[in-house]
Amino acid sequence: MVDTLIRLRDDAASTAPVVPFADLGEASNATAVRLSPGDDARALLPLLDRLELVEVAFPAYTDGRGYSSARALREHGYTGELRAVGDVLIDQISHYHRVGFDAFLPNQPITREAVDKAIHTWPEVYQRTVDGRQPIWALRHG
Amino acid sequence: MYQYDTHDQTMVDARVAEYSDQVARRLAGTLSEEQFRPLRLKNGLYLQLHAYMLRVAIPYGTLDSRQMRMLGDIADKYDRGYAHFTTRQNVQYNWIKLEDSPAILADLASVGMHAIQTSGNCIRNTTADHFAGAAADEIEDPRPYAELLRQWSTFHPEFDYLPRKFKVAIIGSETDRAAMKLHDIGIQVVKNEAGETGLRFYVGGGMGRTPMIAPVIRDFLPPLQMISYLEACLRVYNQHGRRDNKYKARIKILVHELGADEYRRQVEEEFAHVLTLGLEPPPAELARIKAQFADPGFDPAAPDAIDLSDPDFKLWVDQNVHAHKVPGYAIVTVSLKPTGGIPGDASADQIRLIADIGRDYSFDELRVSHAQNIVLPHVKKADLYAIWQRLDAAGLATPNLDLISDIIACPGLDYCSLANARSIPVAQKIATRFADIGRQHELGELKLKISGCINACGHHHAGHIGILGVDRKGLENYQLLFGGSEGADTSLGTIVGPGFTEDGVVDAIEKATDVYLAQREEGERFLDTYRRIGTAPFKEAIYG
Ligand code: SF4
Repeated sequence: MVDTLIRLRDDAASTAPVVPFADLGEASNATAVRLSPGDDARALLPLLDRLELVEVAFPAYTDGRGYSSARALREHGYTGELRAVGDVLIDQISHYHRVGFDAFLPNQPITREAVDKAIHTWPEVYQRTVDGRQPIWALRHG
Repeated sequence: MYQYDTHDQTMVDARVAEYSDQVARRLAGTLSEEQFRPLRLKNGLYLQLHAYMLRVAIPYGTLDSRQMRMLGDIADKYDRGYAHFTTRQNVQYNWIKLEDSPAILADLASVGMHAIQTSGNCIRNTTADHFAGAAADEIEDPRPYAELLRQWSTFHPEFDYLPRKFKVAIIGSETDRAAMKLHDIGIQVVKNEAGETGLRFYVGGGMGRTPMIAPVIRDFLPPLQMISYLEACLRVYNQHGRRDNKYKARIKILVHELGADEYRRQVEEEFAHVLTLGLEPPPAELARIKAQFADPGFDPAAPDAIDLSDPDFKLWVDQNVHAHKVPGYAIVTVSLKPTGGIPGDASADQIRLIADIGRDYSFDELRVSHAQNIVLPHVKKADLYAIWQRLDAAGLATPNLDLISDIIACPGLDYCSLANARSIPVAQKIATRFADIGRQHELGELKLKISGCINACGHHHAGHIGILGVDRKGLENYQLLFGGSEGADTSLGTIVGPGFTEDGVVDAIEKATDVYLAQREEGERFLDTYRRIGTAPFKEAIYG
């Protein structure tokens, strides 16, 4: 598979081995971890200072658990790379971005240009999330 | 009623642009049908048995005459001159061409309408009491909360791929006219002892394969925490709802398996966190929306008397007109259930006529009810006769609201690719069998609901009489249920016995109504008699 990692970050990509969430207990110094859909992202909260990469697996785009995982990590202060991996499709990119993902490793290659365009699908948004955008209600009421 | 500002308009316009691009990619072949399918579904475009079906959202069932007129024009321009109003206060077009669908969405957007989230495993269009803002028994108009909810749920990035679809209903009266407890979330506006307004949350109701009545998860929530609480409810569901089995994926199963107490505990824990995030729109936003739902300029001197000397008119007033909160006004229900017609269907001309009547007599406001009828919410009693005459001339004055021929029926095997059996012909046969309106009035309130398969879009579990189409060795077969209800006394119907053919089920219903007439006590509806005497006498008459 061609490496199609797209990063919206300026720092260098982590080179640390990515440890599956289930093995984290044994790899107590790991700085990169992979969450699968059933994993409870909140179990990572005590480790946030140490982690530099969290991969969130999307075995199928229809399984939306990873959106909640990502948003929870950001809400609790995680600032490292948050990478959506797997069945990551261009038409979902704007939602991924809104819940805190800043890197994508899709099964099917997507161009950087398409990603930049997709992120701007919605000129305005109705909800406050973790992407820093002001929701419409804030624009209305200053 | 609510009018879009430039922000709301920007959002629907952006959607039209996005969708038009997707259709262009599909038509050019750069998107496969497999890739396109989830995208078109997000815009309410289904591929049915014979053609595409487009489902258009009517948020909380409220619309103005301009929007209603557009629904009629679309039926003429892109469909076969008809539209179908659904049990979810939406409207569906059954004969749509894919290449026309972007133009339809653009037409809808020009009057502040859309098909956003009318399909898919996301938060669907919110439904509400169709008498909201008009009912005599209302505590508070629930629609400002429904509008707040509409905005919050529109393109919500976290909840677009839930385990299963998610439906919210909201009411502001003691009387539940929206089957609120049979939704994933039902919200009721209530007052506490101090006279403050709050929201009561019922979570985990539903119909379908495993019908459940939702338990109360939060008894009283300050209204200005509604969005935060919803976030918490949905987060717990998104993380823990079952994804291994589509039939166990609705939130009702999660609440049932965890137990209401444990689900509540998890929600409260998440809620405490969410409250720290500042996700809640400010009080000024709720106030802005509420101002748009302020009462129209009712005439305080409107006369309260109605001249009922025309017996046909009286029949219609008695059956299809409800009390309004303001003296001199009334709520009119326009029946879309003419004898032998297709429940919920209206022609383009009928739709435009109702739009005109709404504009001329009801402060430019209309509603779609979940019983698939149209409501004129604010009509002067003095205008009732003129309205009735205009409706009657167009075949829209059938005086059968809540009677046996006011049938709720899903599209069934005539259109729906999931169906086991047809619903529409059964509805037509029943309505024809009981065509005598005098006989219908004699039978009184009798809510009959038909679904063409276990998915229960026709709410058969909640019918006083419910009919469920099943497949029996390749033949269409109909099961009969008695004793369901969706109001304050919500209950689920039980299957009477072995199923029937199409004609057999009509005969069985007639026998059941005979039992009721013979056994009823003073003031009892069919449902009350059934609850009192139980299944046995009905079984005896039907199968004996
Ligand atoms: S109940 Fe079944 S047949 Fe009827 S519309 Fe729903 S899915 Fe189709």
